Amino acid sequence: MIAPTPKLVSRLVALVIVGVIVQTAAVSQLPIAGAHADLSPLMVMSVGLLCGSLAGGCFGFGVGLFVDLVSMQTLGVSSLVLLTVGYGAGRLREARDPEGTFVPLATGAAATLAFSVLFAIMQFLLGADAPVSWALLRQTLATLVINALIALPVYAIVRRWLLRALPEDPRRRRRRAYTTGGLSPLSRS
Amino acid sequence: MYDKTVRRRRAVLGLLVASSLILLTAYFGESGGGALHGVQRGTSEVLNPVQEGASRALKPVRDLFGWFGATLDAKGKVEKLTADRNQLRSQLAQHEDALYENARMAKLLQTDGAYDLALYGAKTGRVTFQSPTIWYATIRVDIGAGDGVEVGQPVINESALIGHVSAVLGGAAQVTLLTDTSSSVAARAGKTGIFGEVESAGAGDPNDLLLKYSAPGARLNVGDHVVTRGTVSNGDRYPDLYPRGLPIGVITRIDHQGTDTQQVHLRPYANMQNLDFVQVLTKPQGAGGP
Repeated sequence: MIAPTPKLVSRLVALVIVGVIVQTAAVSQLPIAGAHADLSPLMVMSVGLLCGSLAGGCFGFGVGLFVDLVSMQTLGVSSLVLLTVGYGAGRLREARDPEGTFVPLATGAAATLAFSVLFAIMQFLLGADAPVSWALLRQTLATLVINALIALPVYAIVRRWLLRALPEDPRRRRRRAYTTGGLSPLSRS
Repeated sequence: MYDKTVRRRRAVLGLLVASSLILLTAYFGESGGGALHGVQRGTSEVLNPVQEGASRALKPVRDLFGWFGATLDAKGKVEKLTADRNQLRSQLAQHEDALYENARMAKLLQTDGAYDLALYGAKTGRVTFQSPTIWYATIRVDIGAGDGVEVGQPVINESALIGHVSAVLGGAAQVTLLTDTSSSVAARAGKTGIFGEVESAGAGDPNDLLLKYSAPGARLNVGDHVVTRGTVSNGDRYPDLYPRGLPIGVITRIDHQGTDTQQVHLRPYANMQNLDFVQVLTKPQGAGGP
């Protein structure tokens, strides 16, 4: 688990504010194939993968609360759903520690799907009068595809933004040692 | 040590889940003027200038994406639009004749038959925000209480009615679109003036509305126009929120026609996904209204 340093917390807070403003002021107003990208689950997934379940959960709660406040939606819905997404992504890192270039892509798609389904369930529980129409499923699917396509760049941006505030990752240190001429365990033996 | 970490993680998670549920319950339980609604309005008030600035700064990016989309869309529409133009040309001649007759009738009845937006105190605003989820069809415009905007006032764009003001801040207003599941507008449809309520057909579809509560035997056809019903007479104690005759959309499909389960689908004239400038009618009852 990563300890929350003031530097990390301040960077996460800045990420919440900038991310949500970019989402509401620009990304939400760019329809692609009748839908638009949703940065919130991707940002939360990225933080969960980079910082673990506790930070992911707290970040998800913060993003959700800010989205609900700014959008004047029912308070608590997005925070509860994104908290789950962030915690799940963090647990994935802690339990499996997946490696690979396309991990953020798959996790981003899963995070978006989880967010869409949980958000829909919350809306139905709160009494939204909306049938499960083909249009709704098509929009959800389109958002899922768009989010999967932009998951890698979003993850890269979040990683770059948080990298200096994160403690040294042993895997990264080991990789750097090889590439900068350090001794590998094989050459030492 | 590990147990302590796990306990701490679970405690924080439980606290956050409980906080969310408390917020949700409290928000649902309070009125529109409650503390949480106040915090929400205050936050939006503070962030509104930032959002407005961001919206303006990011407009070139939106325009770039919009240009690609519009070009692809336009290519597919050339043939249909050419046919529409030819049909409209013939209709124009008929309409000009009808307009002449209408003006004469209006003079005879001592009423103003013209549709004059200035009469309704139209205030133009720029869209600075659009809801990030498909479950809420809302936008925000950069005019608010200072411009005479009040909750409930109708909002139109260059094509048709798009919704109503649902919350007002100092320099901004939240607009709930016709496609939101909470929206409902009294409407009149077809040549015979069938009454009904226009509501959303479901979350996530900006091109489909339903005309509800019309009589099962009502004579409606695909292609009939739907407009706001409006206040019927000046003596009404509870006037309609919307003025009479604002265009809403056109009927595209009628399911189970003539039965009790008849469903009349219409496509709104306004493109709800591409709203840039809108107008709030600050005097929906006309110049003589409240």
